[in-house]
Amino acid sequence: MRARCTQLSAAVLAAALLASGCGDDGGDGTEVEVFSWWTGGGEEAGLDALIERFEQDHPGVGFVNAAVAGGSGTNAQAVLEGRLQSQDPPDSFQGHAGAELQDYIEAGYLQPLDDFFDEQGLQEAMPDQLTEQITYEGSVYSVPVNVHRSNVLWSNPGVLEEAGVEETPETLDELIGALEAVEEETDAVPMAVGAQWTVDHLLESVLLGSLGTDAYKELWEPGADWDTPEVTEALESFGQIMEHTQEESAAEDWQEASRRVSEGEAAFNIMGDWAAGYFDEIGATAGEDYDWAPSPGTDGTYMWLSDSFTLPEGAPNEDVARSWLELVSSAEGQDLFNPVKGSVPARDDTDPAAYEDSAYLSDALSEWQDDPELAGSFWHGVTVGNRWKNDVDTAVGLYLGDGDLGTLQASLHEAAQAE
Amino acid sequence: MSPHVAQAGAGTEGRPRPRTPGRLHRMRVRARTWLPGLLMVLPSILLIGVFVYGMIGWNTSLALSDQHAPVQDGSFVGLTNFAELWQESRWPAAVGNAVVFTAVFVGGALFLGWFLGLMLDKGLRGEAAFRTLFLAPMAVSFIATGVVWRWLMNPAPAERATGLNALFVQFDLDFLVNDWWTAPNMGMAAMALPAIWQLSGYIMALFLAGFRGVPEELREAARVDGCSEWGVYRHVVMPQLRPVTLSAVIILGHMSLKVFDLIIAIAGQQIVADVPAVYMWTTVFEVRDPAKGATIASYLLIAVAVFVIPYLVWTIRKERSEGR
Amino acid sequence: MNRSAPERVTATVSRAPGTTPLGQAAKFTVLFVLAALFLLPMYVLLVTAFKPFDEATAARAWLLPQSWSLQGWAAAWDALAPGLWNSVQMVVPSAILSAVLGSMNGFVLARWRFPGADTVFTLFLFGMFIPYQAVMIPLQQTMVEAGLMGGLFPLILAHTVYGIPICTLIFRNYYATIPHTLIEAARVDGAGLLRTYRSVILPVSAPVFAVTLIWQFTSAWNDFLFAVFLTGPNTWPVTVQLNNVAGSMVVPYNQQMAAAVLASLPTLVIYLVLGRYFMRGLMAGALKG
Repeated sequence: MRARCTQLSAAVLAAALLASGCGDDGGDGTEVEVFSWWTGGGEEAGLDALIERFEQDHPGVGFVNAAVAGGSGTNAQAVLEGRLQSQDPPDSFQGHAGAELQDYIEAGYLQPLDDFFDEQGLQEAMPDQLTEQITYEGSVYSVPVNVHRSNVLWSNPGVLEEAGVEETPETLDELIGALEAVEEETDAVPMAVGAQWTVDHLLESVLLGSLGTDAYKELWEPGADWDTPEVTEALESFGQIMEHTQEESAAEDWQEASRRVSEGEAAFNIMGDWAAGYFDEIGATAGEDYDWAPSPGTDGTYMWLSDSFTLPEGAPNEDVARSWLELVSSAEGQDLFNPVKGSVPARDDTDPAAYEDSAYLSDALSEWQDDPELAGSFWHGVTVGNRWKNDVDTAVGLYLGDGDLGTLQASLHEAAQAE
Repeated sequence: MSPHVAQAGAGTEGRPRPRTPGRLHRMRVRARTWLPGLLMVLPSILLIGVFVYGMIGWNTSLALSDQHAPVQDGSFVGLTNFAELWQESRWPAAVGNAVVFTAVFVGGALFLGWFLGLMLDKGLRGEAAFRTLFLAPMAVSFIATGVVWRWLMNPAPAERATGLNALFVQFDLDFLVNDWWTAPNMGMAAMALPAIWQLSGYIMALFLAGFRGVPEELREAARVDGCSEWGVYRHVVMPQLRPVTLSAVIILGHMSLKVFDLIIAIAGQQIVADVPAVYMWTTVFEVRDPAKGATIASYLLIAVAVFVIPYLVWTIRKERSEGR
Repeated sequence: MNRSAPERVTATVSRAPGTTPLGQAAKFTVLFVLAALFLLPMYVLLVTAFKPFDEATAARAWLLPQSWSLQGWAAAWDALAPGLWNSVQMVVPSAILSAVLGSMNGFVLARWRFPGADTVFTLFLFGMFIPYQAVMIPLQQTMVEAGLMGGLFPLILAHTVYGIPICTLIFRNYYATIPHTLIEAARVDGAGLLRTYRSVILPVSAPVFAVTLIWQFTSAWNDFLFAVFLTGPNTWPVTVQLNNVAGSMVVPYNQQMAAAVLASLPTLVIYLVLGRYFMRGLMAGALKG
């Protein structure tokens, strides 16, 4: 019925327009169209570096950078879905590796890339856990180009000193103790958070820190049991941490929360490692204005998220698209992209020298290459699809209103059962 | 609603069925006179038929289906989606927020607009300047005014106060420092402030026109009868203002139910300021559930239709009975 | 300015008893306080917009700038210029199209009626109140599938269609005041519909065109909802750009506020210069002719 409606109104449109010359099915290999939502800052610069390299390697191939959306990127999804549905896919598009791509995989819009992974030796070049965690029903469907870390505790050394906190907290209990010390001894906000989603982000780090990597991962199996004493305990820690956040957080975003740390208005902030790029941007000095550590209880675990590129079914220029994937998966390509974007490469065999300029990145890279445990970030679309993620977000939002941990746990449990 | 309505509109193209040859002839003659008129309106009928009523029909069929992902097909499931919304905790909360917002906004704008109208009614010096000022916010988008109101209503406590809170602190009015829109439950009352600020000038203009529509003889007669100036308003002017008030309530109410821009500009997508329109946006763009998004849209349409349709019917009947 | 018709009665009204000097003074006091409250947000907008970056802080928020600066304006202009241009390109055609269609409809519905005209009119009117949300998903899908999402066309179409009802209403109410005799005279002269429209109706329509064009310009310019659903980064109109600038807290306040003023300037200027026509549009919005 929907299809008919579409045809009908599309026909009316076409008539009104007296023109409808779209949908060139091209495909002579003289161009490659890549769809991404990197349209600003380090992301765009990183992409540009890749494109430049690609054009050098493939003279005669036009690179069509169909970067559609910055900011919220919402229409990009609609446009992409529309094109996939009407069998007019781009040659490759960007998406978070993991569950976020599930809808597309299930609808049969993506080609499995197992042969590509074998050909390029990516199974060896990337950590086993990473390839394992992006495998869906036995196949991989996208090529990760980078890895961001979600579980980072940022802190302000000066504020901690003033509060008499000497050691960076390594467990959640130590963190809560430190928050209380900051609350008592200083005027600073103990834990800076921002709008609702940054609280989701905080929650995933607390869950990981309290439950441990394996139990955390099990939480995101469909039908998982969240109604356990362990989860209750984790949520209690979460509740205690939330008591030390600033009242006006709802009116701020993550940058504001991070800025509070580097400017000494707050002691701690738990945010992904893109904060390091932001600190650079506002001229804060590592080690002086801000410091970092794995969020409490998560040492040795990399809670990751990754940008990746896909190969849609029916990509008009499949061969050229494969060369694009080759570039973004190569050590060279990843070392071009990541230092600019502010993330570490998905491969663990790249050249550390490329990352030396950034204190944070070189530190992160050595951890990444040191074979850490890997756990997917739920908030950033690795472990769960959009619906589940949104259910969690809603539960957290309602918790921010009523402060009821029991209800929070019940709704989180319900969300897991609904899958 | 709707596909039928659309057809009813389009049905006017077809000529009424003639019963006798004489009639047929008369119809032809008459059609020759009215047909060009119909043709002239036809482009608009088609545009509105397709892009308003057709789309509403499509939206409704989507709401009655189980197409819960953009990339899948749906089948008819009746009112399931409509019922399911009430079983979750988010939807009732969003509706509650919209109700609080509507009550404060409609009440506030109506009162302030009426009051401003009353103040300016009696040909004051500088009236035009005041009127221009009070109406000015109406010319600006919620997105633009949201920028300044978000800053004004910053919820930071006294020691870090900015915006209005800082002003309160400066004048030693610390007890006024508050959480504004971030307060659970009643935050939506604060959210209504910018909307009141923006729309009460409009309501003022409506009332002003209403006040001045009351014939001076009527007022004079009341004065002769010994009414005080207030009494004249109370007993003569006010009763004449019911239609204006009704229009104002309809306009404010239908804006309020679908409020979106203002919330996005001030709060973004957060549960604390969730309303149906924002929920729909999240559902369409983030959860990517067309059926559920369409269901929320249908509820918005129903909410508006419930009081707009009677109003329209009433207005058109009244107009006709006044004999145009 | 703003000499609208009702105002003409004020001259007689002001002589009415009951307005003592004391009462007048009290009224003025109340009005000045209210005016100050109304001006508060505007004051903050302007004052902050003219501050240099390092002065746009909480502590000095309510004070005048120590040094007036155009820094915020320059940055805001850079961020908004493409959006402003998109808005112009989108608003102008859709305002003209809705006004022209509205004028044709208004003429027919007022003076050249056909069977079922009332039903059509009622259905049009309801279109004025329909929440955009109720058509958004299908509209977006249609545009995506017709391959039109890259350009401004979807937004122009949406604003044109949703402008038809109010324009029709305004024109119809106006044309209803044109004496029947004028039109009958034209008919007797053998003028058909088009000629009557052209020779009798159009020549007197200028003020109403002004009203509807301004109304359409303002509402399309200020729209956000259609814009976010139907445009992408290359076609974002100014409201969406503004929300992107202001929505992230990274952007300094001076720039945010300057951007808000810039985005509102066109409609504000129109309001101040052509307030009379703007008012009439407002009144028509209340179904009052």
